[in-house]
Amino acid sequence: MIAVDRELCDFCGTCVAVCQPDAIFLAERDIRIDLEKCTDCENCVIACPLGAMREVSDEDRF
Amino acid sequence: MKTDFEIVVIGGGPAGTTAARFACIGGAEVLLVERRREFGVPTRCAEGVGETSLAEFLKPDPSLISRRLKGARLISPDGTAVELTVEGSGLILERKIFDRKLAELAGEAGTEIRLNSQVTSIERAGDHRWRTKISQNGTEKKVTSRIIIAADGVESRVGRWAGFKTALSLHNIESGLQYQIYDESVDQNFSELYFGEEVAPGGYLWCFPKGEGVGSVGVGLAADRLKGKTARSFLDDFLHEKFPNARIISMVAGGIPVSVTLKEIVGDGIMLVGDAARQVNPMTGAGILNGMIAGKLAGEVAASAIKQGDTSKERLQEYHKLWHQRVGKIHRAYYIIKEGVIKLSDDSLNRVAHLLSDLPPEKRTIKRVFFTALSRDPRLLLELRHIFGR
Ligand SMILES: Cc1cc2nc3c(=O)[nH]c(=O)nc-3n(C[C@H](O)[C@H](O)[C@H](O)COP(=O)(O)OP(=O)(O)OC[C@H]3O[C@@H](n4cnc5c(N)ncnc54)[C@H](O)[C@@H]3O)c2cc1C
Ligand code: SF4
Ligand code: SF4
Repeated sequence: MIAVDRELCDFCGTCVAVCQPDAIFLAERDIRIDLEKCTDCENCVIACPLGAMREVSDEDRF
Repeated sequence: MKTDFEIVVIGGGPAGTTAARFACIGGAEVLLVERRREFGVPTRCAEGVGETSLAEFLKPDPSLISRRLKGARLISPDGTAVELTVEGSGLILERKIFDRKLAELAGEAGTEIRLNSQVTSIERAGDHRWRTKISQNGTEKKVTSRIIIAADGVESRVGRWAGFKTALSLHNIESGLQYQIYDESVDQNFSELYFGEEVAPGGYLWCFPKGEGVGSVGVGLAADRLKGKTARSFLDDFLHEKFPNARIISMVAGGIPVSVTLKEIVGDGIMLVGDAARQVNPMTGAGILNGMIAGKLAGEVAASAIKQGDTSKERLQEYHKLWHQRVGKIHRAYYIIKEGVIKLSDDSLNRVAHLLSDLPPEKRTIKRVFFTALSRDPRLLLELRHIFGR
């Protein structure tokens, strides 16, 4: 599953723009992924300028 | 607090503030909603603009400008620098002040402004109206309006909620990162653009002066060419090599839409402007002025539609038509040029740089750069003639 490292994230919105199912909620200093909507496509992982999005196993969520 | 408006503008970047301003000037009652606490901060932008087009919107007051450029230097993978000094070379803005000024102008024209206000959804409210849900410090407020102008930047969720296909493919977004650095060796008179697979695959790396030893050094890289690396790792590699002693003052990430304009930018009672409509120049990544132009056109059309009591898609199409006439056609051609340029190998880029640097300075124009870069592609040459004439 996809998880975001809030320590690394700059809240820039690049991931939101490439998330086809609109699964990412972004506020000025908050970000959340709706795992119900997420299709694990990894577009956000690839596009994030800071590498803040990662594919993780269910156990080691941030 | 007032809960009903004629127009609600969502997003307070250059596109949104300009749309709000011109809608008010046209006589409409406008609410501008921005989730940030302050306009223009953080500045996810390299702040470069052409000077001439700015005058249409505001007086280029010195406080809005960091540096006036003497020219640009294009640097090929083998280090050949092509200096361009002929045309009006452009400005580096101080967007922190610039964006606030644009918001002030909207406010002076009569726009009601709500900061620290995140739009969480929009829905139809019947009777040709929209209901916009706004979350402010955890409390939810609702406002209604005849028209929504979606100016929510690269994310463009508002448009998506209204049924527009705004999500970008990895090919059509650049993953961007920029440091502001302090280093005496930053050239304070020239912008520098670096090209090539090693430094900036599918995009370019820039170094723009900000005055007093400060520079903005950043990359915008095609997201489908990153090969598992991040924009940050490309930028860090460059910095170690070129500015090993630089002091990093700040960092911003950001995505740059480099696609054609969306096929549809209006619907019943809704208009998309700026990055949200994918109106950034896909070749250069410049979106400030295009966003302002679109904002002005949309704001004017929206106000006039309200006056006539017709906010249908057909009525609002006028904005799309005006955008197409003024920028849209050229915008599309720039997309095709971008597609050509990002395919050039490092060898081709070097060859182009050698050819150009052999020319006398007065012949080195942007037009010449494009023609030389794409000289081996007849289809693209046609596009270039279309943009620049012969
Ligand atoms: C690294 C980088 C460098 C760049 N360099 C240049 C350059 O040198 N020259 C140039 O011309 N362009 C440049 N650009 C592009 C330029 O920054 C944008 O095109 C421009 O800011 C677009 O203006 P806009 O008003 O459409 O969107 P933005 O300026 O992005 O404004 C959108 C606003 O909407 C707000 N918002 C989003 N969602 C919501 C919501 N749900 N509720 C409330 N508010 C919301 C955001 O907080 C934001 O303030 C660069 C971009 C990047 C990332
Ligand atoms: S792209 Fe990366 S840095 Fe930007 S908001 Fe998404 S996770 Fe955060
Ligand atoms: S993996 Fe794909 S669907 Fe899931 S959040 Fe990232 S971009 Fe969206």
